[in-house]
Amino acid sequence: MKTLLVVAGAVVALFLTIAQFGTAGWTKPPILAQQHGFRGTGMDQIQTKAGAAALKAANLPPAPADPVEAGTEKAGAVYENVKVLKDLSVEEFNRLMTSMTEWVSPEQGCTYCHNTENMADDSLYQKQVARRMIQMVQHINTAWKENHVGEAGVTCYTCHRGQPVPAHIWFQNPGPNYKTGFIARNNGQNMASPSVGLASLPYDTLSEFFGKKDVDENLIRVNATTALPESKGKPIQAAERTYGLMIHMSSSLGVNCTYCHNTRAISNWSQSTPQRTLAWHAIRMVRDLNGDYIEPLTSTFPPNRLGPTGDAPKLNCATCHNGQSKPLAGAHVVETYPELAKSTAELTTAPSAPSEPAPQAPASPP
Amino acid sequence: MAYYQNIFTQVQVRPVEPEHGIPISADARVGRPFNSYLFGLIGNSQVGPIYGGYLGALSFACGLIAFEIIGLNMWASVNWDPIQFVRQLPWLALEPPLPKYGLKVLPPLNEGGWWLIAGFFLTASILLWWVRMYRRARALGLGTHVPWAFASAIWLYLVLGFIRPLLMGSWSEAVPFGLFPHLDWTAAFSLRYGNLFYNPFHMLSIVFLYGSTLLFAMHGGTILATSRYGAEREIDQIVDRGTATERAALFWRWTMGFNATMESVHRWAWWFAVLTTLTGGIGILLTGTVVDNWYLWAVKHGVAPAYPQIYGPITDPLAAPGAGGGTP
Repeated sequence: MKTLLVVAGAVVALFLTIAQFGTAGWTKPPILAQQHGFRGTGMDQIQTKAGAAALKAANLPPAPADPVEAGTEKAGAVYENVKVLKDLSVEEFNRLMTSMTEWVSPEQGCTYCHNTENMADDSLYQKQVARRMIQMVQHINTAWKENHVGEAGVTCYTCHRGQPVPAHIWFQNPGPNYKTGFIARNNGQNMASPSVGLASLPYDTLSEFFGKKDVDENLIRVNATTALPESKGKPIQAAERTYGLMIHMSSSLGVNCTYCHNTRAISNWSQSTPQRTLAWHAIRMVRDLNGDYIEPLTSTFPPNRLGPTGDAPKLNCATCHNGQSKPLAGAHVVETYPELAKSTAELTTAPSAPSEPAPQAPASPP
Repeated sequence: MAYYQNIFTQVQVRPVEPEHGIPISADARVGRPFNSYLFGLIGNSQVGPIYGGYLGALSFACGLIAFEIIGLNMWASVNWDPIQFVRQLPWLALEPPLPKYGLKVLPPLNEGGWWLIAGFFLTASILLWWVRMYRRARALGLGTHVPWAFASAIWLYLVLGFIRPLLMGSWSEAVPFGLFPHLDWTAAFSLRYGNLFYNPFHMLSIVFLYGSTLLFAMHGGTILATSRYGAEREIDQIVDRGTATERAALFWRWTMGFNATMESVHRWAWWFAVLTTLTGGIGILLTGTVVDNWYLWAVKHGVAPAYPQIYGPITDPLAAPGAGGGTP
């Protein structure tokens, strides 16, 4: 009995040790720590040196296309059905089209959006979406320049990274839909959702905080402004939703809480870092883009591009940031594409539905 | 020859006739005692007979009902899939009612009703177990130190799940039954109330918790170190100090100039353990009821220091003119 126990114990210990090495969450030194606040406050950004190098290598900005001569003929005059970029010269227009192909559909080529028989044809939904996305990029680089994107700006590549669908998109998460007699309630949480860092926090926080344009400006805020209770405060469930959103922001940017907050007083603005102000505006930007640019495209997308509740694929912090505090390490990507840094056409109506919706099942959320 | 050690005892005493202890008037012990090698490794090898009694039976039944309600709700939330139940178990929970139900006694079962029923039976089970403990201690002619220490833990449990929600006017303020969910709740609780580390009773609770581990290590270490002189017979040595006690006392006077006595070290340990949950419960009780933001409270009372600004002034965007104003 005793020998058996010793052997069994040793085997269990051995297997547990081996299993440990296979689990995630191991951090291999050396560590890269950057101070981000007053000494002693623990406001440091912690990465591994190898992780930081790998992240940098995975987020290199693409080389801009060679500059072209400023032509005289306008694209709108030469090509048919040019709506947004009609004031560009033909040379600049074609340069941007080539760059867009490299940014968004390098494998699929021009035919991803265009009917090559007739380039002016709008029958492919991709072309209608792309037109609206050019306007979105222009909108980001103008309306959100001062408060968020700055001189770096964005191009299609900031999100797309050479893929027709950016790696980080999200859909509304309605939770499980079990057909059972006993209806259990999970309170919209306890699902190990990746959007909240696999915590048991509420899983549809992105819909609540990023899905709608006009929401209460104080929706995220849960702390009292006075030491003692003077009015009815928010419930702990509200704090859990905010916490879930903050986990999303932290993991999307690859930063700790202390990148924006002094965690001894999370809600206090005067002790926060300038990045918190940028992030505050970014939340409004994401709501603005999802509300004004993505949501109206819902009927343009074929059903296989929509989420489980039939909503369009939306953007969040990770869509641009991809794990970095500054997308593409803060490279000034829009400098060589001045046509993307200004608004060239007002076109607010949503494009029409695709002529032939593909009869496929809705995409599952990533 | 085999010799005697205090941990992982190499000699297991197995009497031919199982030990029945002292005779007491009301004896409802059940079961045939037997010897277990595994228990013998960490303690006495004899198992049983165990004291049954109606309080124990009731407590066990109530506990089982609560356990089943919680477990079946968790299982239902993965559509009765046994594999998913095991896989997702740490994430699953039975959540308290939504804020909209306030203190409603029985909201719909799947919207918090089950939580209230499970909480009732779990509380009943715990309280019945306390009474059982108290009565067994008295029946053996013991002091009631153990039941009162347990009562301190029950105090924290009741504050979290019953007293504070009552004062806040909503069951939704209570803790969910679940592994990760109750941890996430704890983190959110601190975030909601402006950093619990500035709560002085939370500070005290941490002091007593860590102090308990320190005392336990010091005392356990001292007794093991002097057991070769008979120190494991601690209680004898309280009144009849032998060389073990003398050496233990001298060791601490040498190293820190002061020593607890064989008797007082147990009072130290008991009070530290009891005060951990006692002060913790007070800290939770004050949170949200009389203090809404512990950081601001700490600033008001000169507890939280001010740090130099290393960035330019950072202001709330909602505090700008025309932005509508905001909470911080």
